[in-house]
Amino acid sequence: MAGFRALSAVVIGVVFAGLVGLLLYGVLVSDRPDREALPSPLIGKPAPSFELPVLHEPGRLVSSEELRGQPYLLNVWGSWCPGCRVEHPVITRFAETRRVRVVGYNWKDEHADAMRWLEQFGNPYWLVLVDYDGRKAIDWGIYGAPETFLVDAEGIVRWKHVGPVDDTVIAESLVPVLDSLGVTP
Amino acid sequence: MLPELGQAALLLALLAAMLQAALPLAGAAANRPAWMAVARPAALAQLALLAFAYAALTVAFVRQDFSVLYVANNSNTLLPLVYRYTAVWGSHEGSLLLWVLMLAVWNAAVAVWSRALPPVVSARVLGVIGLVAIGFLSFMIFTSNPFERLLPAPLEGHDLNPLLQDPGMIIHPPMLYVGYIGFVVPFAFAIAALLEGKVDARWQRWTRPWTNVAWGFLTIGIALGSWWAYYELGWGGWWFWDPVENASFMPWLAGAALIHSQAVTEKRGSFGGWTLLLAIATFSLSLLGAFLVRSGVLTSVHSFAADPSRGLFILAFLAAVIGGALVLYVLRAPRLPEGRPFAPASRETLLLVNNLLLTAACAMVLLGTLYPLLADALDLGKVSVGPPYFGTLFLLLMAPLVLLVPFGPLTRWQQEQPSKPLAMLLPWLGLALLAGVAGWFMAPQGALKTAAGVFAAAWVALGTARFVWTRVRAAGRTFTPEMLGMVLGHAGIAVFVAGALLVEAQLVQREVAMSPGQTVEIGRYAFRFDGVERVPGPNYVADRALVQVFRDDRPLVLLHPEKRAYASGGQIMTDAGIHAGMAADVFVALGEPLGGGSWAVRLQIKPLVRWIWAGAFLMALGGFVTALDRRFRRVTGNGRGQETGADDAAPAPGHAPAVAADGGTG
Amino acid sequence: MIAALLGRARAPAAWLLAALLLVGGSVAAQAVRDAAPLQFQDAAEERRFNALVAELRCVMCQNQSLADSNAQIAHDLRREVFDLMRSGRSDEEIRSFLVERYGEFVLYRPRFGGHTVLLWLAPGLVLLAGGLVVARIVRARGKRPLPVEEEQEW
Repeated sequence: MAGFRALSAVVIGVVFAGLVGLLLYGVLVSDRPDREALPSPLIGKPAPSFELPVLHEPGRLVSSEELRGQPYLLNVWGSWCPGCRVEHPVITRFAETRRVRVVGYNWKDEHADAMRWLEQFGNPYWLVLVDYDGRKAIDWGIYGAPETFLVDAEGIVRWKHVGPVDDTVIAESLVPVLDSLGVTP
Repeated sequence: MLPELGQAALLLALLAAMLQAALPLAGAAANRPAWMAVARPAALAQLALLAFAYAALTVAFVRQDFSVLYVANNSNTLLPLVYRYTAVWGSHEGSLLLWVLMLAVWNAAVAVWSRALPPVVSARVLGVIGLVAIGFLSFMIFTSNPFERLLPAPLEGHDLNPLLQDPGMIIHPPMLYVGYIGFVVPFAFAIAALLEGKVDARWQRWTRPWTNVAWGFLTIGIALGSWWAYYELGWGGWWFWDPVENASFMPWLAGAALIHSQAVTEKRGSFGGWTLLLAIATFSLSLLGAFLVRSGVLTSVHSFAADPSRGLFILAFLAAVIGGALVLYVLRAPRLPEGRPFAPASRETLLLVNNLLLTAACAMVLLGTLYPLLADALDLGKVSVGPPYFGTLFLLLMAPLVLLVPFGPLTRWQQEQPSKPLAMLLPWLGLALLAGVAGWFMAPQGALKTAAGVFAAAWVALGTARFVWTRVRAAGRTFTPEMLGMVLGHAGIAVFVAGALLVEAQLVQREVAMSPGQTVEIGRYAFRFDGVERVPGPNYVADRALVQVFRDDRPLVLLHPEKRAYASGGQIMTDAGIHAGMAADVFVALGEPLGGGSWAVRLQIKPLVRWIWAGAFLMALGGFVTALDRRFRRVTGNGRGQETGADDAAPAPGHAPAVAADGGTG
Repeated sequence: MIAALLGRARAPAAWLLAALLLVGGSVAAQAVRDAAPLQFQDAAEERRFNALVAELRCVMCQNQSLADSNAQIAHDLRREVFDLMRSGRSDEEIRSFLVERYGEFVLYRPRFGGHTVLLWLAPGLVLLAGGLVVARIVRARGKRPLPVEEEQEW
C-alpha cells in the first residue's frame, strides 16, 4: 500500500510540475510578435515554378526560370494592405543597397490600384509580378500580406518573414542568411 | 468620485478577505473561538463591499463615464441601454469583477448556511475561501483595476464588441462564473477535511448540495454559450472544442465525477481520499480555466486580450493554491480511514468505472488543448488539435459510460448478483438495439451516427425509466429528490446524446447564390429569396434579407438574416435567421453580396439541434433537484462524532439506520 | 468619430453616420475577392467537400475551420480544395497538398507520427493505467469479508 501511495504521490507531483512548467513557458512566449506566424515548409525546398504577368508591362510573362542565376527577395504586397504601407520605406531602403534584387508580388489587387499605390509611395521593385486571383500564392504558402521570401540563385527558398519587415528584422534575420549564402553587397 | 469609492471598496474587500483567511485558520488550529468567529462577518462584509464596487462600475457604464478607462474601452455613446449593463463584463477587468462578486456571493452563502457545521470546520472552510478571495482580489487590484481613470476623458468610447451585443451575452457569463466559482466550496471543504485529518460522512453530506448546485450552474453556463455561438456566429455550429470552451468543459467533467464520488463517500464512507482529490482537481481546473482565458497563452476567438504580467500573476496563484492543496493531500490522505469492502459486482465498482471514464475524458481534453503549446515548447512544429481529435476520442471514452449508465441505479451497494440488473434491463437493451437498427435503415444519410445516436438515447432513456418503474411500483418504496435528480440527469444524457449525434448525422447545409425571387429546395423545405434591404439599427446599419421558408409546400416562416456593419469600428457581423423547432431548426445566414441584387446565402436544416440544450438543461435541473433533498440538511450532532438518534428522523420503511457516525470506517 | 467631433449633438451624428453608410457603402480598399458560392454537382460531392473543409484550419484566423471562416484566404483555399476535388484528387492527396504549402498546422486532425505519438496514445494509456488501479482497488476491497446488510438506503 505504501508503495502505491508513494508512486501516486510521484505521479501527481510530476504531472503538476510539468503542467506549471508548460504554462510558464506559454506565458513567457505569449507576447513574442511572431508567435502566430506559420513557419514555412518551403524553406530549403525549390520555390514554386510560376509564370506570372508583370505589372508595368502588359502582355509580358515572367517565369521562375528567368529569375534564376541571382538571388531575389520576393515581397508580397497589395494596395489594400496597411502593413505593406508601413514596411514600404524599409523595403525601399533595403532595395537601394542593391544587395539583392527585390521583386514585388502584387497579390489580389486591381491593376489601377496597384499602379496608383506605387506612384504614390515609390517603386523599389526590380520587377512586379501580378497574382490577381491568388492561386499561385497558395503554392507559395502565402496567407496574408505583407510576407517576404528570400530565394537563392538556384531557386531554393532560404528565408521567409511573415508580417511587416523592419530594420531589426533585416539586420538580425535577413542579413545573416544573405551572408551565409555568400551574397556580397 | 464614485469610481474612486469603488476602488476603495475593492481594497477594503481585500482586507476583509485577509481577515477571513488569517484569523479563522489560525483560530481553528489554536482553538480560539473568537478568531474563528471573524469568518462570518468578514464574508458578509466582502459581499457588501464588492456589491458596491460592482454597482459603481455599472453606474459608470450607464452614465457613460468615459473618464473610466474600462468604460471607454468597452462602451460607446450609441450603445443601447441594456447593453450598457452587460458591457460591465464585456472584457477582462469587468468580468473579473463579476467573478469576484460571484465568489463573494458563494462565500456569504457558505457563511450563512454553515451554522450546522462545528465551528472548527466552518472556520476552516471559510478560511480557505478567504485565501482564494485574496488571490483574485489581489490579481484584480494590482494588475486589472477596472476603475483606472483615463484623463482627459474622451468624448467617445471604442465600443462593446458587437458579438457581445446580444441577449445571450447577458446571461451566459454570470451563469458560467457562478458554476466555475462554486467549486470553491467542495474544494475548501476538502482542504478543511485534510487539515482536520478525517472525512466525516456528515460533512460530506453537507457539501453535496453545494457541489450539485455549482455543477448545475456550470452546465447551464456552458449550454448557453453553445446556444449563443450557434445563433450568433453565423455558421450554425454548437461546439468547436475551442480552448476556451474546453476550459469550461474540463471542470464540468471533473465535477460530474466529483458528484458521483461524493455520493459514494457520503452513503458508504468509501473513496474518501478520491473524493477529496476530485474536489481539489475540479477547482484546480476552474482556476486553470480562468488562467487559460485571461493569460493569452492559447489562441482563440474567445480569449481576452493577452498580457504576460497578468498571466504570470494567475499562474503563480494557481501554482500556490493547487500545489499547496496537493502537498496537503499527499501528506494527509494516507491517514484517512479505509472504506468499506465491496464485491466486484456492486454499485461501488460501477461508479469507480464511471469516474475513471470521466477523468480520462477530462485528461484527454486537457492534453489536446495544451498539446499545441507542448509541441511548440519541445520544438515539434506547429500542430493543430481540433474537433476531429477531441470528438473522436470523446466518443470512444463516453461510449462505455453510456452503456453502463442504466446499470448504476439498479445495482445494489456492496454486493449485487449481476443477473438481477441484467434481467431487468436486457429486454430494454434489445428494444434500444432494434431502435438503432431502425434508425440505420431510415436514415437518408449518416447511417452509422444515426443508429448510434438512436440506440444510445433509447438505451439510457429506457434504462432510466425502468428504474423509475421499479421504484414507484414496489409498495412502500420512496422516491426522494435525490432519485428524481438522478433520473432527470440521466434523462438529460439521453436527450443530449440524441441531439448531438443526430444533428451531426442528419445536418443538411448548402451555400448557394440567390437572386430575388429565386427558390431553392432542400428536402421538405423550400427557401425563396425576396431580396435585401438596408435597415438602420441603434448603432449599426444592416443589410437585411427576406427569406420565405416553406415546408411541404406550405408557408412556414419569414426569416430575416442580416449582415450588420457597426458604426464604431466598422466590424461586420452576421445575424442568422433561425426558425426553432423541437424536430429541427431552419437556419439561414447571409454570405457576401454578388452584385446585381444577388447574394450568397447559406441554408441549413438541423434536425434535433434543440435537444442538445434541452438535454443540458435537464442535466442541470437534475443537479438542482438533487440539492433540494432534505437529507443533506440534516447535519445534526455536536461535532464530537456522535450522531443523535434524531438524525434521519422517521425514516420511511425500507430505509436502514443511517451510516455509522464516525464516517463509516471499514 | 464624427459623433466625437460633433460633441454633444449625438442624435444627429448617429443619423449622419447612418446616412453615410447607407449612401456610401464600402469606403475602405479591399482585396480582390470572388465571393460566389461553389457549384456542386450533387449532394454527395457537397457532403464530401463540407467534411474536408471542416477538418482543415483557416491559417489566418484565431482558431476557425476553413468551413466557417470568412477570411479572404479561407475563400481562396476553399476554392482550391474544390478545384482539387474536381481534378480527381483523393482526400488524402488534397490534405497533403495543403500540408506541403502551409505545414501540418492546417490539419485539425493531427497526423500520427513521432511528433504526435503522445497526443494520440496518452489518453488510451491513461485509461489503461486507471483501469489497472480500479481493478486493483476492486480486488482488494472484495477480499475482505462483507458485512451482512439486509436493507440499504438507496
